[in-house]
Amino acid sequence: MATYSTSEFKGGLKIMLDADPCAIIENEFVKPGKGQAFNRVKIRNLKTGRVIERTFKSGDSVEGADVVDREMSYMYSDGDYWHFMESDTFEQYQANATIVGDSAKWLKEQAICVLTLWNGEPLAVTPPKFVDLVITETDPGLKGDTSGGGGKPATLETGAVVRVPLFVQIDELIRVDTRTGEYISRVKES
Amino acid sequence: MTVAWQPTCEIAQLQQRARLLSDIRTFFAQRGVLEVETPLLCHTTGTDPQLDFFATDYRFLPQPQPLFLQTSPEFAMKRLLVAGSGSIYQICKAFRNGESGRFHNPEFTLLEWYRLGFELPELMAEVGELISTLLAPRLPLKKITYHSYSALFAQITGLNPLVFSALDYQTYTQNQGLAEAGQLCGEDHALWLDFIFSHQIQPQLGVDAVCLVYDYPAFLPSLARVKATNPQVVERFEVFVAGLELGNGFFELADVAEQERRFEAEIKERQIKGLPVVKKDTYFLAALEQGLPDCSGVALGLDRLLMLLTESNSITDVLAFPVAIA
Repeated sequence: MATYSTSEFKGGLKIMLDADPCAIIENEFVKPGKGQAFNRVKIRNLKTGRVIERTFKSGDSVEGADVVDREMSYMYSDGDYWHFMESDTFEQYQANATIVGDSAKWLKEQAICVLTLWNGEPLAVTPPKFVDLVITETDPGLKGDTSGGGGKPATLETGAVVRVPLFVQIDELIRVDTRTGEYISRVKES
Repeated sequence: MTVAWQPTCEIAQLQQRARLLSDIRTFFAQRGVLEVETPLLCHTTGTDPQLDFFATDYRFLPQPQPLFLQTSPEFAMKRLLVAGSGSIYQICKAFRNGESGRFHNPEFTLLEWYRLGFELPELMAEVGELISTLLAPRLPLKKITYHSYSALFAQITGLNPLVFSALDYQTYTQNQGLAEAGQLCGEDHALWLDFIFSHQIQPQLGVDAVCLVYDYPAFLPSLARVKATNPQVVERFEVFVAGLELGNGFFELADVAEQERRFEAEIKERQIKGLPVVKKDTYFLAALEQGLPDCSGVALGLDRLLMLLTESNSITDVLAFPVAIA
């Protein structure tokens, strides 16, 4: 893998730090009037998701991380592993519960996800920004309610629980923003 | 193909800059300081290993030679001082290779001035006055504050910057969530101070004030004189507003032998580090030989001053064409 000098640092660059693959979020060049320049960098550890700050001496080099994002469709889960396939190469990948993490609750078969691969192995799974899922369980709401405040919990076909307006019922298809976990709207099946 | 040719700053910024330049010229005209111009392209430039320069090729036969874009107009301005110019100022571009970021563009505008017969406290007062005058329309600064480097360092970190203790420095940075400092700085005292100052101290300086820090440790590099009453520190100051470093000033070194020693030390350090080669400025040394009158000098970054004046987040907001689209 290539090495990168601090002068190549920018948002999105993937580097190795403390043996973990990381992505640079923000890079700030800090230079005292006279003296050594530094790069103060905000970094996301791609394994743990944690964001940390780290300073480098300007001019130093760090090892790049072989991290790529690939679009794949989710196929199924066998309980231990979640299986994905890249549509153009038909190459298949499997990811365990640690890697899939919270994304698991949004995954429905055929969903197009982004798999982050590190040295060719899955590192993280990002679900589609919006998913359409059927409600399998929720209390019957009161008639005449408009989508104001209030709301009630609803369990979706993938097991996720989201807050929905009172008028939304079992078996209805709804759209959810997976980044916030919030209900967006009902979806008319075409 | 569409090319983004437009300036990155708004047209109002151009007007703001023009007004700033005019305010500066008025300020110095009222004080009888002469505006001068010196070359930006010279046969040599500063030797400071921390400053990277741009070199060009001059193709005038019979003796093609490298010419350097100036990292600061200091040497040429001091030659004018020796020649009897009296107090002078200059607004010019300065060039520093490899410096690019939210507060840096490799080509930037500098205001540099020298005051004959001024000792450092007088120049600091003038810097405070100029900055508060220039920023007054947008950023009413309530006061001008003065801090000695050591007192400020001790007050904020509890550490003594003049006495090196890797253990104390490391314990402090560790507690501040800056664990990488130990490995980064090792046994390099100056590097430790740069690290701690820029991470922990500088961001707190100049809240609603023009903050002047003086009496810098003597082992930090500079062209300042060693203080007669305390050889541990030099006659140098820096000025900060809202955590942003705006400038650096010295009671200027006039001792030609000392200047030559510093040149040679820096040139040697460049060799050891494999940095681009530059010769010492013999015209400047010859002028010093004749005798630089006692003076204090300072350089301010005008783009940063404009950032403060217009509450801009990035230097690209105050430049028409930053390096990426220059």
